Amino acid sequence: MRHKQSISRKLFIVFNTLLLALITVLSVIPFIHLLSISLSSNTAASAGEVRLWPVGFSFDSYVYLGEKVEFFRSLWVSVKRVVLGTIVNLFLVFITAYPLSKSNDRFKFRTPYVWFFAITMFFGGGLIPTYILVKNTGLIDSIWALILPGALNVWNMVLMLNFFRSIPKELDEAATIDGAGHWIILWKIYLPVSLPSIATIGLFTIVGHWNAWFDGILYLNSPDKYPLQTYLSTLIMSMNAQMSSISIEQIKAMENLSEKTLKTAQIFMGALPIMIVYPFLQKYFVKGIIVGSVKE
Amino acid sequence: MRTLKKEYLLHLMLIPGVIVTLIYAYGPMAGLVMAFQQFEPLSGFFKSKFVGFDNFRYVFQLPDFGQVLWNTVIISIFKMVLFLVVPLILALLLNEVTKQWFSRIVQSAIFLPFFLSWTVLGGIIIELFSLNGAVNGLISSIGFKPIMFMLDNQWFRGIIIGSDVWKGMGYNMIVMLAVIIGINSTLYEAAEIDGAGRWKQMIHITLPSMAPILILLAVLSLGSILNAGFEQILIMYNPTVYEGADVIDTFVYRLGMFSQQFGPAAAVGLFKSVISLILVSSTYYAAYKYNGYRIF
Repeated sequence: MRHKQSISRKLFIVFNTLLLALITVLSVIPFIHLLSISLSSNTAASAGEVRLWPVGFSFDSYVYLGEKVEFFRSLWVSVKRVVLGTIVNLFLVFITAYPLSKSNDRFKFRTPYVWFFAITMFFGGGLIPTYILVKNTGLIDSIWALILPGALNVWNMVLMLNFFRSIPKELDEAATIDGAGHWIILWKIYLPVSLPSIATIGLFTIVGHWNAWFDGILYLNSPDKYPLQTYLSTLIMSMNAQMSSISIEQIKAMENLSEKTLKTAQIFMGALPIMIVYPFLQKYFVKGIIVGSVKE
Repeated sequence: MRTLKKEYLLHLMLIPGVIVTLIYAYGPMAGLVMAFQQFEPLSGFFKSKFVGFDNFRYVFQLPDFGQVLWNTVIISIFKMVLFLVVPLILALLLNEVTKQWFSRIVQSAIFLPFFLSWTVLGGIIIELFSLNGAVNGLISSIGFKPIMFMLDNQWFRGIIIGSDVWKGMGYNMIVMLAVIIGINSTLYEAAEIDGAGRWKQMIHITLPSMAPILILLAVLSLGSILNAGFEQILIMYNPTVYEGADVIDTFVYRLGMFSQQFGPAAAVGLFKSVISLILVSSTYYAAYKYNGYRIF
């Protein structure tokens, strides 16, 4: 049926392909531009000569980056944060989703608990009271300030819960008859079958922790405790503050002074881990989104 | 006896999640009492003086507050509309692509920024649109005067809206594509026999089949009308563009953390939370009524 294509259809296909190719190129260009600046000489970069290919090609910024203490210190904080945070988040999601996935007749108090968690999705204390609370619990300047306030992600918990519900009841019942309690069922039966879901939520969590920067600004006083993204944000905000000065000449002078290539090299390194795991991310995320939004 | 023992274990499993939520989600809610206090960090919630609605009166008569509210609403409305229209167009165009590998490349390129942090993306945007950045380089090479994108209130608002669409459009695009792929293919076959071309098929089959998801996405986004993008604006703005891009969240942040006016800042936060609560709960109710959408 579809073999005879009209001329307008052929034209459309050509136009559509070109348009989508253009969009794709435009989406990727900013990252290529960033990489090109970081691989250019500082003079060319400051003068704004770099477009899509390095001008005065040099690895200097990356060599210098290798000696930059702040960068590696904050990278290490980020690694610690991602590992600790992901372990804590996954543990809480897993252990909280299980009881709430039981039906009301198997867990009488399910409904009040569900409400207790659901309310937090609709209402919150906001920035200032949360800050005061974190301060009062003594977490200021501690890595735990970046982990504990968001330790239980209710959205992820709901995702896990919905998955638990799809596990056949017979599995539970058989285990119960064999004398297994909830604890054993959770770790010996639910854990192995939910590994794909855990991987999905784990990836969400890793990316979330890696990308988070504002909580570092808010809760940490000493810059040597900043995770990488918080450290990067201070670089970018100073770059921005320079621009708000009055005259064009001043701006130009400032931009010349800044170590543009080093900054862009650091920003690129902040994005690199995500780009490396991106293929997996995309696959799992698409699954997660479809489970989360088109279900029922 | 046996069920009692089992249920007791379920309660035990919930303890860690309940404690974390109680402290870091309900704690700040209780802390909102500071909105009605002349809050002093040293005196705390119990010793600070109660001042009734003074904080609200104080904030509402601040000269900037009306502008901040307006900025918040106008930026979010633009984002909400574009987050429906742009992904819809992209999904429809991608649906016409017959080569899977090409479709996959386009999707990957569009979806990538969704996973990157605002530090990375903000850094790139500032780099691109600064006075001697690449965009101004292009503009001057075709003979126009450079534009101070990041210092002009109108331009800057456009950049905030545009860059958020860049970061986020991949998400809705994926959701919509999933819906399109799920449309029953016999509908198209029948239409083809009736002589309907691709355009007519799109108007009469694809779009009507997508109506539920479009309405759902629109309704759900209404709930976040007061979230204009805190981290994004915070990393990119500067005092020159407060007039056009200062939103409730950035206003609260400066009022609380820099001016140390905790009471008034918490009052603005409470104002926002209450409005958001009303919007979110009514839109979720509408989504539930219309579409049977449930979170739990």
